[in-house]
Amino acid sequence: MQIIQPHYHAIARTAQDYERMAMSGVVAVAEPAFWAGFDRLYPETFLDYFRQISEFEPTRAAQYGIRHFSWVAVNPKEAENPTLTREVLKHFPEFFAKPTVLGVGETGLHKSTKNECESLEAHVDIAMRHDQLVLIHTPHLADKAHGTKRVLEVLAGMNVDRERIWIDHVEEQTIRPCLDAGYWVGFTLYPITKCSPKRAVDMLEKYGTERILVNSSADWGPSDPFTLQECILEYRRRGHSLQEAIEVFHNNPCRFLGQNPKFDIEPIRVETAGETVSG
Amino acid sequence: MLTPAQVAENYFLESRHQLLEIAAYLDRYDAAVARAGARNGQAADDKKLAAIRRALEIVAAQKPTRERTVALLELFAEV
Repeated sequence: MQIIQPHYHAIARTAQDYERMAMSGVVAVAEPAFWAGFDRLYPETFLDYFRQISEFEPTRAAQYGIRHFSWVAVNPKEAENPTLTREVLKHFPEFFAKPTVLGVGETGLHKSTKNECESLEAHVDIAMRHDQLVLIHTPHLADKAHGTKRVLEVLAGMNVDRERIWIDHVEEQTIRPCLDAGYWVGFTLYPITKCSPKRAVDMLEKYGTERILVNSSADWGPSDPFTLQECILEYRRRGHSLQEAIEVFHNNPCRFLGQNPKFDIEPIRVETAGETVSG
Repeated sequence: MLTPAQVAENYFLESRHQLLEIAAYLDRYDAAVARAGARNGQAADDKKLAAIRRALEIVAAQKPTRERTVALLELFAEV
């Protein structure tokens, strides 16, 4: 089965991940800009990081037949330095012009401070002005519900195209308001924190499959890109068809990411040889 | 050996994860009952589910008379 991993921090992973993902059917990954584990001090550090994910990383993925796309952002955890944020934002249009950059992300909130909210607004604003997609991180654990509510409040005060915005890391207590407001949502599968493969399938069964993306994130912390495949296995074991699985784990990423014409992988449909002959 | 504070901190996220999985298991069961109920009438409760609910009561005890793990293993041996 062909799979798209829509949220994957490749620079934190080894080539062995790419090899195994390719062997398991992954045909494309999309890499949002992430926190480095410490707060960066210089705009140039971000710019080199953006070069790494938009220029170098696609070549590494290509060795395994995997398409690599990316996003640019100042991480919410670094939004307490507004001067730095403003300096980095000035350079976003240079990266929007790169052939594999899909938009702005992951922006969002961490502790939902005033500076974070202003940074989020600035990120969404520049994305909308340049016709880019947006990937929004919502906080972890105890801050999840409050932070997601604040994200929705910030967005509600802006003139945005909701179908071009993906609110990530939703869980059972936050999925409904995000979907009801017209945004795309993402389930992020982690071994311990965030969502689990089984809970993700529960939500797919409860809310349906429209405007939902499933991803593993997979960064430098405790994480595993193959929680995505674990989720696909769980989905199939519950009796959902191959085509239904393709709709969620391949075609939905195509539908969302494909709103940026640089993402040119088309949704697919399985058919039997008999259907091919008769069709 | 760990201090009480270290135990509470070090295993919090793992325990949170495990409890969420149990909650999701019970929600999944309720959803399946609701689906079956619409077509085939109310589904009967299950002995295994009853054991899980009893196990949760044992786990939640503030001052158990013996180790919770021993009590649970004995409980599940009867299922």
